[in-house]
Amino acid sequence: MEQSFLDYYSLEPLTRWIHDALCGVMSEDWAVFLESLVIGVAILLAYAVLAVVLIYMERRVCGAFQCRIGPNRVGGKGGLLQVPADVLKILTKEIIRLKNSDHVLYELAPYLVILASVLSFSCLPWNKGMAVIDLEVGVFFVLAASSIGILGILLAGWSSNSKYTAIGAVRSGAMLVSYELSLGICVLTVVILSGTMSISGIVESQADGWNIFKGHIVTLIAFVVYLISGNAEANRGPFDLAEAEQELTAGYHTEYSGMHFGFFYLAEYLNLFITSGIATTLFLGGWMPLHVAGLDGFNAVMDYIPGIVWFLGKTFFVVFLLMWIRWTYPRLRIDQVLNLEWKYLMPLSLLLMLVMAVLKTCGLVF
Amino acid sequence: MMTTEEKIKEWCPQAETETAGETVVRVPADKLEDVCRRLHDDADEPMDYMRDLVGVDQGDGRYSVYYQLESTRTHGRVMLCSDAATGEEGPLLPSVCQVWKTAEIKEREAYDFFGIRFTGHPDMRRLFLREDWKGYPLRKDYDMDSNPLNMENEVNADVTEEFRLLPDGTLERRENVVFNPDDFVVNIGPQHPSTHGALRMRTSLEGETVKHIDPVLGYIHRGIEKLSESLTYPQTLAFTDRLDYLSAHQNRHALCMCIERAAGIEVTDRVQYIRTIMDELQRIASHLLFYSCLVMDMGALTPFFYGFREREMILDIFEETTGGRLIQNYNMIGGVQADIHPTFVQKVKEFTKHMREIIHEYHDIFTGSVIARNRLKQMGLLSREDAISLGATGGTGRASGWANDVRKHHPYGLYDKVDFKEIVYTHGDSWDRYMVRMDEILESCAIIDQLIDNIPAGDFRVKVKPILKLPEGVFTASVESSRGEFGVFLVSRGDKSPYRLHFRSTGLPLVHAMDTVCRGNKIADLIAIGGTLDFVIPDIDR
Repeated sequence: MEQSFLDYYSLEPLTRWIHDALCGVMSEDWAVFLESLVIGVAILLAYAVLAVVLIYMERRVCGAFQCRIGPNRVGGKGGLLQVPADVLKILTKEIIRLKNSDHVLYELAPYLVILASVLSFSCLPWNKGMAVIDLEVGVFFVLAASSIGILGILLAGWSSNSKYTAIGAVRSGAMLVSYELSLGICVLTVVILSGTMSISGIVESQADGWNIFKGHIVTLIAFVVYLISGNAEANRGPFDLAEAEQELTAGYHTEYSGMHFGFFYLAEYLNLFITSGIATTLFLGGWMPLHVAGLDGFNAVMDYIPGIVWFLGKTFFVVFLLMWIRWTYPRLRIDQVLNLEWKYLMPLSLLLMLVMAVLKTCGLVF
Repeated sequence: MMTTEEKIKEWCPQAETETAGETVVRVPADKLEDVCRRLHDDADEPMDYMRDLVGVDQGDGRYSVYYQLESTRTHGRVMLCSDAATGEEGPLLPSVCQVWKTAEIKEREAYDFFGIRFTGHPDMRRLFLREDWKGYPLRKDYDMDSNPLNMENEVNADVTEEFRLLPDGTLERRENVVFNPDDFVVNIGPQHPSTHGALRMRTSLEGETVKHIDPVLGYIHRGIEKLSESLTYPQTLAFTDRLDYLSAHQNRHALCMCIERAAGIEVTDRVQYIRTIMDELQRIASHLLFYSCLVMDMGALTPFFYGFREREMILDIFEETTGGRLIQNYNMIGGVQADIHPTFVQKVKEFTKHMREIIHEYHDIFTGSVIARNRLKQMGLLSREDAISLGATGGTGRASGWANDVRKHHPYGLYDKVDFKEIVYTHGDSWDRYMVRMDEILESCAIIDQLIDNIPAGDFRVKVKPILKLPEGVFTASVESSRGEFGVFLVSRGDKSPYRLHFRSTGLPLVHAMDTVCRGNKIADLIAIGGTLDFVIPDIDR
């Protein structure tokens, strides 16, 4: 297949040029330092902006599902300023410190959650040449980094010294650790198919077709399993047992206020985005455009759409799918959640991995 | 066959029958337990359902308790009365909680308000008032200033008292344990998203599994029964809407009916039609809210809005005719407040048509969902015997196979003229409790459709004196409210205000049933079961 379009996307010449220009005026160490600083700030900025976008999207989408309008007053038509106004409000709120809590852990917990979220966020392949962290074991790194969040949730629930938060934390501990398994195995299925663990490598291996199409039915099922366990990992309905508003008021973050609570809230939405982003990377070709074999004119037009648009478009599509699920189903109970994982999803994903390995060795994949 | 009164006379020759208003069989305290047990175990007409237990201060130092009983087989009713033995220990009566479980909570209420101690009752704590409350407020000689506003936190004891009457007439006090010191007790409520109001349940858990639930009530107790004793009859009507606000029409219907019966007022046919239609509209509105609350308790937020969407249409209909949406103040003694709005008939017809067409959406999104089925089926089982013994009326009882619809078995209004099915399921699980209500929505639509085209012309209200004096005696009335049998118990001394007015709460037995139903289930099921039992707190606390 013709792959010249890959160069059209690449931002590498641009970054190379900036790097060379900076090296011209300062030593290379300084240049790298400056670039890291700029990229760090850019990531945090993108993180915050995306959170606002996602919260707005959630409100509109859920409004549409629930026969109502959603935010429509603040900031003129469409209520565009509603979320920024809420952000301002939450920034001005007092952070309440509990008398009988474990102060160090209590205050550390939200930072752990947000740290895990930002770390995995940095791994997303936005475009060719635009991956911030692109390790040889990139997928592995994402799984490891996102697991730190569980620690934050457990600590939050434990250190608050409240019965509701403790139940919430124990629930989420049991659930997240379980779902990590089928999630990881689904990722491995794709790794077998692509033959690499590097995130950019996985994306580039899909230049001749997205993984969801390449792996016969196996990757399609793996995609669904990934979405289910990813949804559980993101702590969203119908798997929001850790918060379970109707049972535990707010679960593990019941005792948090102000921006401490805001961090949990922010991380929840970004985890949704990250889950969808990884799903896009692994199954939907990342920033690759949609190509249909035989339709050269159509493919050429698709090639003109920049990679970042493809990536965001696909990711938001998956986000929408997950929101659809959240606003449709009632919540599961803890034993049902664990049954689903240990009795169905994990054996199924193991089987998928096995089948994929056989297919790959026999050269039966596209 | 002997009548129940004759049987009681045979078992206890000292029993006397009084017929001022309702027939009351007066049984001496020492024979009470025996008579109750025999009535309960009677072969022909077992009085296995205790409708209510009401304490009354007779004013001359006597404290009486009225037991309203009903047979679930023949639906025959009987009312017993027993004077508490008074001595230095205060008023004492034998407990009947071994015969009917619902007496456990109702005797606590009588103890709380009248200080009547029930010997043999395992849990003689106050029910609504604080544990450190002084005096018994529904006694006639209660000093209104004896309990100034208390800003101290109430500490709930983990132990309770039981009294036993020894053969020599002295009282033995025993301590019973509610919660062990090493129990993991979670406090659900009074401020909690899923208790549907200010209800508090102290729940001990074993991991996620519920071991024991101890409801702590009274957070919105307003003393409606005490207040009513100083108001004229028309004034007391205002309170009924504020009991179970989702059964506002039905509650008020019951009180109006009771007063009309006592005063011998005959209402016109038009009024009967309007009242019946309003009752059914109210029932649909309440069941829609039940659906909304249940799905929200289970974490499904979208179907929640479906229920509110249709309920809004009913509230609009109410608003046009009554002027109110939640609190309607519509039924009056001798009729209704105002005639129906000119568009009422047309809008109600449109609504029932719309409801039938749209109810499939409710089933599509929730009833058909595999998660909902797994969460509700075989969960929170309540057997028929338990439902009857606990007095869990309404949809909860009917889901357990107990046909208890007052509309069917003791018709009032126009229910003997319309054709409708009594929805009865058999499993007694959360799923059946849910399905009963969903089916009743359609059944209520059918009742309305039979009536709406035939509302006869006539007065919407007969003239009634503003100051009404009822003859002396005991009067009762009961209706099928949205969530069970709502009863009014009225003692009149010929005055312009009631001597004692008591409402049978539909929710109190349901809250009492929580412990039986939830034990052994997960904490998430506790919330879902609470949703399917469908109680409203202001009605429990009164």
